[in-house]
Amino acid sequence: MTDLLTRVEDAVKIPLWDCRTCGQCVLHSTGMTCPMTCPKTLRNGPCGGVREDGGCEVKPEMRCVWVKAEARSRTLPLLPRKWRDEINHLRPPVDNQLERTSSWRNLLTGRDRVTPVGWQGEATRADPVDWPRPSMGEFEGPFTTPFHPREA
Amino acid sequence: MSGLERLLATGTRPVVTGELPAVNSGGLAAVEQRLEGIAPFVDAVNATDNPAAHAHASNVAIAVAIHQLGAEPIMQIVCRDKNRLAIQADVMGAALFGVENICALTGDDVTAGDEPEARRVFDLDGPQLIKVVTGLAEGHYLSGRPIDPAPPLFVGAVENPYAPPLEHRVARALKKSNNGARFLQLQIGYHQDRLEKFVAGCVESGLTERTALLPTVCLTRSARALGFMDEHVAGISVPEESLARVSKAKDPAEESYQLTLDLARHALSLPGVSGLHITDFRHDGSVGRLVGDLGIAREAHSPSGQEKHAHGSQLAG
Repeated sequence: MTDLLTRVEDAVKIPLWDCRTCGQCVLHSTGMTCPMTCPKTLRNGPCGGVREDGGCEVKPEMRCVWVKAEARSRTLPLLPRKWRDEINHLRPPVDNQLERTSSWRNLLTGRDRVTPVGWQGEATRADPVDWPRPSMGEFEGPFTTPFHPREA
Repeated sequence: MSGLERLLATGTRPVVTGELPAVNSGGLAAVEQRLEGIAPFVDAVNATDNPAAHAHASNVAIAVAIHQLGAEPIMQIVCRDKNRLAIQADVMGAALFGVENICALTGDDVTAGDEPEARRVFDLDGPQLIKVVTGLAEGHYLSGRPIDPAPPLFVGAVENPYAPPLEHRVARALKKSNNGARFLQLQIGYHQDRLEKFVAGCVESGLTERTALLPTVCLTRSARALGFMDEHVAGISVPEESLARVSKAKDPAEESYQLTLDLARHALSLPGVSGLHITDFRHDGSVGRLVGDLGIAREAHSPSGQEKHAHGSQLAG
């Protein structure tokens, strides 16, 4: 069933990174740590259940995938600066149609960057500085805490 | 604009949220009975979503019931049990009944509950869920299909300042804030130094200018309860000195309360904190005592809150 490119990719990535063949690889932006190996398949950072010793909530004997990813994104040699910074970008929901397809082909064709229309638009900007306030009612913010003295 | 949103934006006093104990049966009367123990003391009440991976009456049903009983619900949504279609449908369905506050969580794993054989879903993760629900509030489904009129939603989330990787927690909170979370209810925690660092980082990064931080304190009755959390709840660690303080006390129940009071006072003293979230495992009226001792009892600030709840009770009756 699978084509040659997919088989070559699997042969490289499964032994090296325990690749789960999601077809939309983000390894470079997660410290070369596959987020699909997280039992909850979280692509945007660690859950709140990381144990005191850095162990996974679900498999305590395993180091949390995101503890590894976060550390490696800072310390892994040869990782370009751009990729290091991408750890904090918001990765879109997995496109389940791409499972078992070649992420290399999807990267070249741009297919892995196709997201639902509702995911795009203003609020998708990764840069926090540019991010506009959502148009929710008459929310006025900014939040203040006047019960604290300002100078505190 | 939801009542919670209005209160947080006003910023005139610390906002207090609580949690409705899980409901399984007994009709609306069972919801009302539990609500009476918490609603008079807090500004908004969380409707939990299968907490600790145990099935209960649904988050949607409970949030709607809380609203109909005259209190302000915060509907929690976890990513564990439903895919993106079902979650969007839940939000829209609850919004039809007037539920406005949403709190997005990743959720405990299925293995934390009593049905560990269940399939875990996690079709979305926490930050993705925030953005999807914010999209609903902006007037479109994830597909882009428009919603007219857009539901008036106030979106928040959670964060755990106490769990590794500690140095990454502010960045993760920022990711949630940048994608639509306007409040963050923090995980139960006992390490004051970690909370201080986290809150300071949030202030420094500008997060607190658009997202309200609500640290959580937990009312317990014994050292055993603290020890249980420390040992069995992943992501919560209780320092040895806190355990010793309670276990060595003459009156452990009272000392547990005093520990919670100290943690609450400390959290509220941190610039950048907008209020508190209270979880209650005592069920002996301590929530009312706590807000009283903290000097943030809502009656003192908003007598109409009581009336609103009383009015809701009449409706239900």
